Amino acid sequence: MRRIVVVGASAAGLAAAETLRREGYDGTLTLVGDEPLAPYDRPPLSKQLLSGEWEPERLALRTPGDLAGLDLDLRLGVAAAGLRLADRTVELADGSTVPYDGLILATGVRPRRLPGAGGHVLRTLDDAMRLRDRLTPGKRLVVVGAGFLGAEAAAVAWRLGCEVTLLEPAPVPLAHAVGSEVGEVLTRAHLDRGVDLRCGVTVTEVTGNGVRLADGELVEADEVLIAIGSVPNTDWLAAGGLTVGDGVVCDEYCEAARNVYAAGDVARWYNPLFGLPMRIEHRTNAAEQGMAAARNLLHPDARKSFAPVPYFWSDQYDMKIQAYGYLRGHDEVAVVEGELAEGRFVAAYRRGEKVTGALAVGMPPKAIRQWRQAIATGADWDGAAVPSHSRAEAVPGGAPA
Amino acid sequence: MKVELEADKCVASGQCVLAAMDVFDQDDEGIAVLLDEQPADEHLDGVREAVAICPAAAIRLVDQ
Repeated sequence: MRRIVVVGASAAGLAAAETLRREGYDGTLTLVGDEPLAPYDRPPLSKQLLSGEWEPERLALRTPGDLAGLDLDLRLGVAAAGLRLADRTVELADGSTVPYDGLILATGVRPRRLPGAGGHVLRTLDDAMRLRDRLTPGKRLVVVGAGFLGAEAAAVAWRLGCEVTLLEPAPVPLAHAVGSEVGEVLTRAHLDRGVDLRCGVTVTEVTGNGVRLADGELVEADEVLIAIGSVPNTDWLAAGGLTVGDGVVCDEYCEAARNVYAAGDVARWYNPLFGLPMRIEHRTNAAEQGMAAARNLLHPDARKSFAPVPYFWSDQYDMKIQAYGYLRGHDEVAVVEGELAEGRFVAAYRRGEKVTGALAVGMPPKAIRQWRQAIATGADWDGAAVPSHSRAEAVPGGAPA
Repeated sequence: MKVELEADKCVASGQCVLAAMDVFDQDDEGIAVLLDEQPADEHLDGVREAVAICPAAAIRLVDQ
């Protein structure tokens, strides 16, 4: 293999490129990114960057020297426009074409939007800087969507002295992701601070001076942040011959077609640990999957299935939330340490007969380690020391995303 | 090779400890602690893994 192309120059693409070099690949390595910036980190965008604690320079994932050491054919500021699978060629938006022997797709996701003009999204450094400039004390900010991103931004804006309204279509924020009991804890964190969290409301459009709700009400705002989830960047692959369906569909090795792999937010792969296809938009997964895809591409005779225990964290107000596993579509949640009411707890998640997830709020991180282990080994729920008095009622529905 | 840790970037994920238990630990707040600045060769693969998967990009491995 003499020509490898990695499309996507964020965490997953960078991890893939680094892994290829570390594992001894010395051929041409092209890294394509649609943003003009060298690879930078996204989780701080809604946290330290938005709050003004950090300046953009701190987000760089590698130093210029580190990047130079990778000896890349670096194509920044140009998006991939098409894939010709039969010709093994990637077409770029500037009209150039790049041939490959091996290809790794790491094009990530873009924010979903709402009808109407205006409103911020929060995905790129530019997005975050634009919003940060507007979040001055006394500004009225409406955040549409109380998922992790929306909640983090709301918490930062509140701390900056903004008047924050958080609008969520579900009855409880994040119930599908973490269960309604944990969702209630996160709800209280907003309400206790005077953030106007309104659930069960649907926003139909962004207007010049706020957002319009489905019942016709106008919620006025100086600034609007739309945080209603993301869409995988697969449009450019539509005619490429790959299977695309809420992400690039891959097997358990992250392979989408012969010598074509996918990694990071855009990859929908089969995780054998849970027996489910999944697409994970977590920072840690991006790096791990980038590495896994690179290794499998480079060593076809020694491929390993990619079977991680997903991990995510979220900072909201003074709470650190950490979770392992796959919490969606769970059948039961049980508090196994601490108390929900105190906002300090570890909750374990069951799907079928197995322990499939664990989430901690306000606990020392070591408290959750044994649960990570239980998930990694596919431990049976009944054998996993779940105290019987702790079991919350089952959460119906919640099909895996 | 020398390991550098920017502890004020750390988000307490503990991924480094999982990757290289002899080189990293976590304090009670979860913040990464460097146990061995100049790990032996046999630990370097684990450290490289930690560098790559650290969600905060807080770890570097530098030539001396």
